[in-house]
Amino acid sequence: MSIQETLKKRILVIDGAMGTMIQRHKLSEADYRGTRFADWPSDLKGNNDLLSITQPSIITGIHLQYLEAGADIIETNTFSSTSIAMADYDMQSLAYELNVAAAKCVQEAIGQYKSKHPNATEKYIAGSIGPLNKTLSLSPDVNNPGFRAVTFDEVVTAYTEQIRGLVDGGVDVILIETIFDTLNAKAAIFAVKEFFRKKQIPELPIMISGTITDASGRTLSGQTLAAFYTSIEHAKPLSVGLNCALGAQEMRSHIEELSQIASCYTSAYPNAGLPNAMGEYDEAPHQTAHFIEEWAKNKFVNIVGGCCGTTPEHIKHMADNVKNMTPRPLPILDPTI
Amino acid sequence: MSEEIIHIKPFLRLAGLEPLVIRPETNFVNVGERTNVTGSKKFARLIKENKYEEALSVARNQVESGAQIIDVNMDDALLEGVLAMTTFLNLVQSEPDIAKIPIMIDSSKFEIIEAGLKCVQGKCIVNSISMKEGEAKFIEQAHICKAFGAAVIVMAFDEKGQADTKDRKIEICERAYKILVEQVGFDPQDIIFDPNIFAVATGIEEHNNYAVDFIEATRVIKQKMPLAKVSGGVSNVSFSFRGNDAVREAIHAVFLYHAIKAGMDMGIVNAGQLEVYDEIEPTLRNLCEDVILNRNNDNNEATEALIQYADTVKAKGKVEVKSAAWREGTVEERLAHSLINGITDFIDADTEEARLKYNEPLEVIEGPLMAGMNQVGDLFGSGKMFLPQVVKSARVMKKSVAVLTPFIEAEKERKKLASINPLGASKGPAKILLATVKGDVHDIGKNIVGVVLGCNGYEIIDLGVMVAADKILAEAQKQEVDIIGLSGLITPSLDEMVYIAKEMKRRGMNIPLMIGGATTSRMHTAVKIAPEYGEGVIHVLDASRSVTVASSLLNKDQKAPFLKELSTAYISLKSDFDNKKTTKQSLPYVNALKNKAPIDWSHFVAPPPQFLGNKEIEITDLSVLVDYIDWKPFFIAWELHGHFPAILTDEKVGEVATKLYQDATNLLNTIVKEKWLTAKGAVGFWPANAIEDDVIVENGSEKVALHFLRQQAIKAAGQPNFSLADFICPASENKKDYVGAFAVTIHGIEKHIKHFEENLDDYNKIILQALADRLAEAFAEYLHAKTRKEFWGYAADETLSNESLISEQYVGIRPAPGYPACPDHTEKYTLFNLLEVEKHTGITLTESLAMYPASSVCGWYFAHPKSQYFGLGKIQQDQVVDYAKRKNQSLEYITRWLQPVIE
Repeated sequence: MSIQETLKKRILVIDGAMGTMIQRHKLSEADYRGTRFADWPSDLKGNNDLLSITQPSIITGIHLQYLEAGADIIETNTFSSTSIAMADYDMQSLAYELNVAAAKCVQEAIGQYKSKHPNATEKYIAGSIGPLNKTLSLSPDVNNPGFRAVTFDEVVTAYTEQIRGLVDGGVDVILIETIFDTLNAKAAIFAVKEFFRKKQIPELPIMISGTITDASGRTLSGQTLAAFYTSIEHAKPLSVGLNCALGAQEMRSHIEELSQIASCYTSAYPNAGLPNAMGEYDEAPHQTAHFIEEWAKNKFVNIVGGCCGTTPEHIKHMADNVKNMTPRPLPILDPTI
Repeated sequence: MSEEIIHIKPFLRLAGLEPLVIRPETNFVNVGERTNVTGSKKFARLIKENKYEEALSVARNQVESGAQIIDVNMDDALLEGVLAMTTFLNLVQSEPDIAKIPIMIDSSKFEIIEAGLKCVQGKCIVNSISMKEGEAKFIEQAHICKAFGAAVIVMAFDEKGQADTKDRKIEICERAYKILVEQVGFDPQDIIFDPNIFAVATGIEEHNNYAVDFIEATRVIKQKMPLAKVSGGVSNVSFSFRGNDAVREAIHAVFLYHAIKAGMDMGIVNAGQLEVYDEIEPTLRNLCEDVILNRNNDNNEATEALIQYADTVKAKGKVEVKSAAWREGTVEERLAHSLINGITDFIDADTEEARLKYNEPLEVIEGPLMAGMNQVGDLFGSGKMFLPQVVKSARVMKKSVAVLTPFIEAEKERKKLASINPLGASKGPAKILLATVKGDVHDIGKNIVGVVLGCNGYEIIDLGVMVAADKILAEAQKQEVDIIGLSGLITPSLDEMVYIAKEMKRRGMNIPLMIGGATTSRMHTAVKIAPEYGEGVIHVLDASRSVTVASSLLNKDQKAPFLKELSTAYISLKSDFDNKKTTKQSLPYVNALKNKAPIDWSHFVAPPPQFLGNKEIEITDLSVLVDYIDWKPFFIAWELHGHFPAILTDEKVGEVATKLYQDATNLLNTIVKEKWLTAKGAVGFWPANAIEDDVIVENGSEKVALHFLRQQAIKAAGQPNFSLADFICPASENKKDYVGAFAVTIHGIEKHIKHFEENLDDYNKIILQALADRLAEAFAEYLHAKTRKEFWGYAADETLSNESLISEQYVGIRPAPGYPACPDHTEKYTLFNLLEVEKHTGITLTESLAMYPASSVCGWYFAHPKSQYFGLGKIQQDQVVDYAKRKNQSLEYITRWLQPVIE
């Protein structure tokens, strides 16, 4: 069944944090390098996306844990798999390969899961497109506010390569997430639209997830939530939502607002609370799930899940809580003013 | 939550930083036209001369005058349009007061439109596309606009030319609509038609019906395509009356009145100059109606009549009445306005006027000035004003009081002669004594607290910095103050505060003690200071809280319950602390020593520094430091918390932060240009090897030991117990290694501080102090970069942005004695001797080992790539004993200095 069909019927659950789960493996520099990159000139520890190539069994294992927890949508481990973000590790040339490899890891995990649970419901692969480490609306040089560290065209080129890798790897959905600068997201949308228009193949559904950075209720680049939604609405997304930066408690009013204005499905995958003084997330799985359950009850959301600090336990609690709830109905688009 | 399904209407929705939804009830949408090089000579000149800052103010003016969208056009043969559009729009994005509204990207060249679309995160309008060059091109351009998510203006223009009659306008718009909706997939509400506004009253008879054609076409277009919008460039219509603004504005108003009734949704107008239809002089209005509606116009009669009338009307040349209305108010209202808005321009005259109005000069202070300051206090308390504004208010207050003071003094004299008590029987305002404690030289925070409390009607007695306990307490008793406030930034100041609390008890004092400053904390106050003095010890987090604390302490009904509540809270904090002590596990020092940071020295080759020994560095042109400034702490000093530059666009404090930043950068420019300050520093390198936690340095023939401390908390498996000594190659390896040190300071602030004080300008005084601190830190950052790339050269090809520097992404560290990794302040003596700091830089050490001038930084350099910052945490008695032995000092002396880190 297509994801559009499934969304009409029930609330879908997207997976939780990848970084938190990778940390549990306490990987060393050598583990990150594997044999292929043993002699790579730069440090590679922390390049989590690289693990799709060097430690595919770990990544597949994490995906499998989320599937077992009840996730319907699994994100590829490609948050930073663009030539721009990979430049930190001198790995620009690997961007395409990373995306293909990451999509394969999810496919492998879904394959394993299905062989264990032959009657399982449909699972979907979301190709994750992150925000980049360079931003199009803000200058990194305080004395030169007109300066930009990267151009729109460069960002489109990098995202197009990522999209090509994700599509070749077999993802079902393109997920543009953790958007703190809407212009970067617009470049990603532009890349998606032009990629499919030029290839003349049917467009994959787009999920869009923005980030409200703090209590001001705005994105990092300064937009209000309504302005953000207006600025990305042309993507005609499958869903729009929020993730990261906030815990569920702080995200509630924003997701409520979004559920009122969005003409498409809505998604929310908050962090496991706000970080404590040590920078760790300590909201318990049942607590996060409790917030999510209330959102589902109030018909704010169609897709739920977790971001930083969430674990398969969080996802399991959420999945259990929302399993039998009716999803938010799509708004009716009036034909006239 | 209702179960009703939400309905979404097909409104045109646009966005800058904020959304703009065009609903049926939305009145006409004004699109600002002044940021257009073809329409505004001023704007064109600014862009050509590269004066983008000023060009931004043209945009800002439009927004302030009520433009809801701004039209930006860079079509000029002498301009590189793509570059000008990109540069201007990028700059607009960093100005939230402009970027909040949507942008209309206006060009006849599609490449310039594309360049503009690549700069703007919000939903824009493209102005314009048309079928002038055929359908294929029109469709391709529409596709691109759609991929950027922009709405489009479609000009009524096709292969045959621009539409002038009603029917042609309608025909072209309908055709374009069909293509956009059916072939390109455009949302109908994102289509805006410009059915061409042409000039009327040109004397050419064929032109006379142009306005009617537009209005009537608009009516039909809106009926046939109700979701689409209609827009137009309004000033075209009055083109024949250029030079006569009064008539032009009247024509615009009349034209818009009829066009809007017919369904026109938006228009490009000079937002600052819109005449109201009803307020047009009736004769003129009638003449304009005849021309616009083409009435009574056979043989150009209406045109002739308007031309004749126009000659009699002199262009009014509207005066910019930039809200000077407040000057019309009563003197009390004007004083309050000046105070709240921080305006000093009229304060002398207004104060004088008030003085003449009131019986006695003192009444001016107690009456209107205090009333104004109370408003400031209320606004501040409710988060509607922010610290930088309050300090400006205080400046206005001080200036006003300065005008009154001679009269008050004279009045006192007069009354003294008449042997009457000068100020009546009342004791006057409550007095608060403030001081930075002995050994400490930092006073920015204390000054801010002084200003804020002063604004709230307290008399402030500021004893300055490095004030001995005895002087503070004697002065407090002599002046009969109501509260003492102590400030300190470095850790030894904490002990001095404890000592002062003990002394207050010994002297039998009964006034409350407020504690503040960067090194102080609620916990330390509760655990160490409050138990020493029973009459109230209150930790005050920042200047804004000082007001509520002071008012609670001085209100006789509130004081007792306030102190009781506080005391309960402190006791519970203290017991938490006492209980917690035992929970953290630590290692014996000998075991911690074995768990060093694991560094493989077997292949280690130390990069040799360019020189050994020390060297003086002086910078007279401070502009080299400006790029290294980390602004975040500057804003924190002003109690504006947030990241830089994001804070400039913060919803709540952005405006204030931006103003403050402008004032600070202006002052900074003056400092740099007029060489107010000089930066002096010293840097040095020496061969060094580690023996356990000592680093033995060869200073010429002499050997000097640097002493470091080691973490003693039990760590997770695989985590070392760090000591800075771990980052220097051990002597047992028999390899060369080096350590470095630096000290930097900013000289010359005193003269200018004095100048600001004389001008009663606390605002600039505090900015200057905070800037000097930033420059000292910037100097340290600069010197560290120079050390990495040149003096020591171990990272010669590093290229890092300022943000990367601030987030410490470089190789090697520069920890400072007295800070978390090496908290022993007394190691500064060794650093100062090795570097000959006093000789090179003029920095001296106080008895608490604070550096003077206050804007100074010193530290060690470690170059090993594995070296990192860490916090020492608490250490145990066994290490303290060993450390005393290593330093050849008494256990008592060491215990005193290490008190804050001893468990």
